[in-house]
Amino acid sequence: MRRALVGLSSRSQKLRRLPGSVLSMVLLPVVLVALVGCSAAASAPESSVKNTEASADPSSNPALSGTIVVDAAASLTGSFTAIASAFKALHPDVTVTLNFGSSAALASAIVAGAPVDVFAAASATTMATVTTAGLTATPPKVFARNSLEIAVPPGNPGKVSGIRDFGDSAKKIALCAPQVPCGAAAAIAFAAAGVTPAPSTLEQDVKAALTKVQLGEVDAAMVYRTDVIAAGSKVIGIEFAESAKAVTSYPIAPVTKRANSASAAAFAAFVLTPAAQTILANAGFQAP
Amino acid sequence: MRVSKHPSRVGTRVRFAVSGPEDHGVGLPGVLWLPAILALAFLALPLVALITRVPWATLPTLLAAPEIGTALGLSLLSASLATLLSLIFGIPLAWFLARSGRWPPAVRRLLRAVVTVPLVLPPVVGGVALLLLLGRRGLIGQYLNAWFGLQLPFSTAAVVIAETFVAMPFLVLAVEGALRGADRRFEQAAATLGASRWYIFRRITLPLIAPGVTAGAVLCFARALGEFGATITFAGNFPGTTQTMPLAAYLALETNPDAAYVISLVLLAVAITVLFSLRERWIRGVSA
Repeated sequence: MRRALVGLSSRSQKLRRLPGSVLSMVLLPVVLVALVGCSAAASAPESSVKNTEASADPSSNPALSGTIVVDAAASLTGSFTAIASAFKALHPDVTVTLNFGSSAALASAIVAGAPVDVFAAASATTMATVTTAGLTATPPKVFARNSLEIAVPPGNPGKVSGIRDFGDSAKKIALCAPQVPCGAAAAIAFAAAGVTPAPSTLEQDVKAALTKVQLGEVDAAMVYRTDVIAAGSKVIGIEFAESAKAVTSYPIAPVTKRANSASAAAFAAFVLTPAAQTILANAGFQAP
Repeated sequence: MRVSKHPSRVGTRVRFAVSGPEDHGVGLPGVLWLPAILALAFLALPLVALITRVPWATLPTLLAAPEIGTALGLSLLSASLATLLSLIFGIPLAWFLARSGRWPPAVRRLLRAVVTVPLVLPPVVGGVALLLLLGRRGLIGQYLNAWFGLQLPFSTAAVVIAETFVAMPFLVLAVEGALRGADRRFEQAAATLGASRWYIFRRITLPLIAPGVTAGAVLCFARALGEFGATITFAGNFPGTTQTMPLAAYLALETNPDAAYVISLVLLAVAITVLFSLRERWIRGVSA
């Protein structure tokens, strides 16, 4: 008797639930159509922009418009946000969408067909990925340089004084993985200093290495000078002589076969103007 | 979990009596075929795309790289330990949640929310939270460090902890569901016959919920095997100590996508093998 009752109530629950599943079944195609519609809508303005741009002279005409997507290395987050605002002040009709990430990941995405108009990389190697694929509209131009610096937590608990301390296995050390630009640069600096580093961890990017310092989990990390400046009082930077041997260059180039090439070229050129260079210098970058 | 074709199985008799006829007789309504096929394609096609990019010619060379073997061994070890820890601590917690009927509903809801948090938390945030708790300056970690000289981050133990944190909720929720579905009259009968609580748990409750425990453990193992964000944040990344397969795949993607595809393929093969074989064993266990 009890079993029958339970069965009945479960069954009626099932029946009550049925409209929900029917609803979601009906909704699925609607959502799919909406998604397709979205992508169609997203591509529509670009083609209309192309028509208006076709008549415009890209080099001198200040009346630029449309939307450009700028992919930039994660270390450029602060400065490119400021540069994009300055660019917007000059060209109010252009919408700049910024996308920051690991240079290598961004380069792979561009080669795979990501809709990107301008690429600013943190190394010549990652830019070469895009250039060799024939996807840069004009040759890349170096717009900034960055050097390495040692970052330690406030109070310097590990009593780190220079690059030699990175060979001390008693200290907790974070380095960037050799696969990412900051790790490659650090390897050059260590070779120049004749130090064999004893890291506890090889972080996936420079920000992750810096986070470990900010949390006090490591005694030191090898990061970029700009990262130390961006972190403010949360870390202390220690300069070292060998950093001059491992300076990284930041190239920028417009991506080819894009609808809004005029605005893209203008943005890439703007990064080399004095206004943008001041922003980069304030963030700790060196002039190209 | 509810697909047994053997309604006679003790304990879950009521549920199977209800769902049995649907399993046996009536086929899938025609209108559901399309969404079902779309869902399957959606889940399977990305894997197909991955497999098409695997460089079969250089596969043996890439597979022979010692890092892959080390990372695979570490992945299997840490995922197994994480599953074991989840079983030891998760089953009692699930029992707690399932039998908390006499508690105020607000407390119950809060408990369940806390248990579910690691599922919705971005894993990187989970990793930071673990650092803030167990790192050497963490809430508990500072005392572990001061009293025992124990520093968890950047160790294999940290990998296991990160994976357990992210994967245990899968086990807890699965086991809790099984406990709620289990017929408690068997426990009551055993109690009236004089069995101790521990004996009832061991000989009545656990066998009743065995399919749920197995399903939960499989989900837990699979989640632990693929864990990336919490691991790289809390445990860092160092070959042989903390670099699991997903970490190796991510970093390989930076410079050598072919190696990343191969690592992904190995991980995929291991995951499918484990899931497939465990699933088979579970079905045999039920029908035996």
